[in-house]
Amino acid sequence: MSSQEIVHCENLSVELGGVSVLSDLSFSVIEGDFLAIVGPNGGGKTTLLRVLLGLQKPSAGSVRVFGSEPGRHPGKVGYVPQRLFFDRDFPLCVSDAVLMGRIAMKTPFRHYNRADRQAVEESLRTVGLSSLANRRIGALSGGELQRVLLARALAGNPELLLLDEPTASIDPSMKTTIYDLLDHLRKRMTIVLVTHDTGMVSRFVSRVICLNCRMVLREPPAASAGGSVVEEAYPYQVDHLLHHAPGRPESGAIS
Amino acid sequence: MPGNLFAFEFLRNAVLASLLASLACGIIGSYVVVKKIGFISGGIAHTAFGGIGLGYYLGINPLLGVIPFSLGAAIAIGLLGRKAKVSEDTAIGAFWAVGMASGVILIGLTPGYAPNLFSYLFGNILTVPSLDLWMIALLDLVIVTLAWMFSKEFLVLSFDEEYAEVSGVKTTLFYLLLLSLIALTVVVLVRVVGIVLVIALLTIPAAIARLFSRSLGGMMLIASLLSALFSLAGLWLSYELDLASGATIIVLAGLAFLLVHAGRLVISRLRAR
Repeated sequence: MSSQEIVHCENLSVELGGVSVLSDLSFSVIEGDFLAIVGPNGGGKTTLLRVLLGLQKPSAGSVRVFGSEPGRHPGKVGYVPQRLFFDRDFPLCVSDAVLMGRIAMKTPFRHYNRADRQAVEESLRTVGLSSLANRRIGALSGGELQRVLLARALAGNPELLLLDEPTASIDPSMKTTIYDLLDHLRKRMTIVLVTHDTGMVSRFVSRVICLNCRMVLREPPAASAGGSVVEEAYPYQVDHLLHHAPGRPESGAIS
Repeated sequence: MPGNLFAFEFLRNAVLASLLASLACGIIGSYVVVKKIGFISGGIAHTAFGGIGLGYYLGINPLLGVIPFSLGAAIAIGLLGRKAKVSEDTAIGAFWAVGMASGVILIGLTPGYAPNLFSYLFGNILTVPSLDLWMIALLDLVIVTLAWMFSKEFLVLSFDEEYAEVSGVKTTLFYLLLLSLIALTVVVLVRVVGIVLVIALLTIPAAIARLFSRSLGGMMLIASLLSALFSLAGLWLSYELDLASGATIIVLAGLAFLLVHAGRLVISRLRAR
């Protein structure tokens, strides 16, 4: 495999307040991957993302992102949080919120310049929100806000895009829009997505990880193999993972 | 009328001090409001009373005593909250009371009578000596310069701290810097409204301004103008009616705050019909 390894986790374990949230997890993400992390609530999906972002220290094992400790290359990583808890009265317009996505590549003392503003315009165009650039951030709907968060991550031209449940709080038609957008973006960057949409993801992603503290499944199952392994991860009935759309990359090698 | 008023040096100083304080107040007050750190600011201000006691005890200008005390309180409360996992609420409560207590002890240890003590507690803008005016101007310059230099860091810190962290911004460092700027703003405002009333001038103008602004910069501008309006109107009223100037400024600001919110309520009721 000539592609570069972007994320490498080996025997990763995380404990939060004495409770094991992730245990003995090993996987890697290769350049160009579109990886989905699925699993039940409390399965450690968000924790894994926080580890990759450098917000949560692992209690054992090693994690490498772009060959270094997580958090060392903020300019290469774009992050789309699940939800943003902010004051609806915050005096901020959409384009200024997206401009924050450029901060990782600016040194202190330097103010945003024309190139930064252009990157913002471009990423707002990508997510289809150009017309709302001057709208107050508090006046947006849930789906619009989600796309603003995506635009903010894209404004920094990341090589790795990490998304935490980007479709959790929006209606089904908007979900498809977001996935179509990600399908388009995968040509430009590596994507790791945490999601509940077990049915939806298999249509788009190249690989799936099922997490319920331990990693249950690493490869996308063949359509015939069905969801038995996924059901092992979930304590309840789930949509089967069916691998649609021939012609998409089946899977990358897993370390 | 204002022409006569200006002939007196004390009135000229009072007006200049109000305007300088309003600038710092509008800028830093906006951060206090959007980041919801009003009570940390109150804690820093009250801890600063220890500095006034220190000033009396050492026989120096009490404002010089306030600077180290308020900066120390800002950094200690910030660090305890961030690093030592002490709840910020607890740290604020402890510093608030201990600062005031040490002020009382230091003033008690100072032989003789403590002149103007009341004016440091509740402000007396009509007694600002020229030396204090220069000090206020210098602090203003420091506050405005630092706030301008780090405006993008302070904005992301106020809006989405986790994202700031992920983007490689040194969030604890900038948070402590912001608290330090609040501490310096407290020093600037002590002469105008006094330690006890500082928190109102830091929050009310910015809180009103937020309702009418689309950007943080706009909010700072409106907050500065409102703060200047309240200070000058309060100054004039207190002069005309012989009232305590700091308290008059705060009561005016509070009335404006109530009126704006009552007005909004009435308008939204009328629209709903």
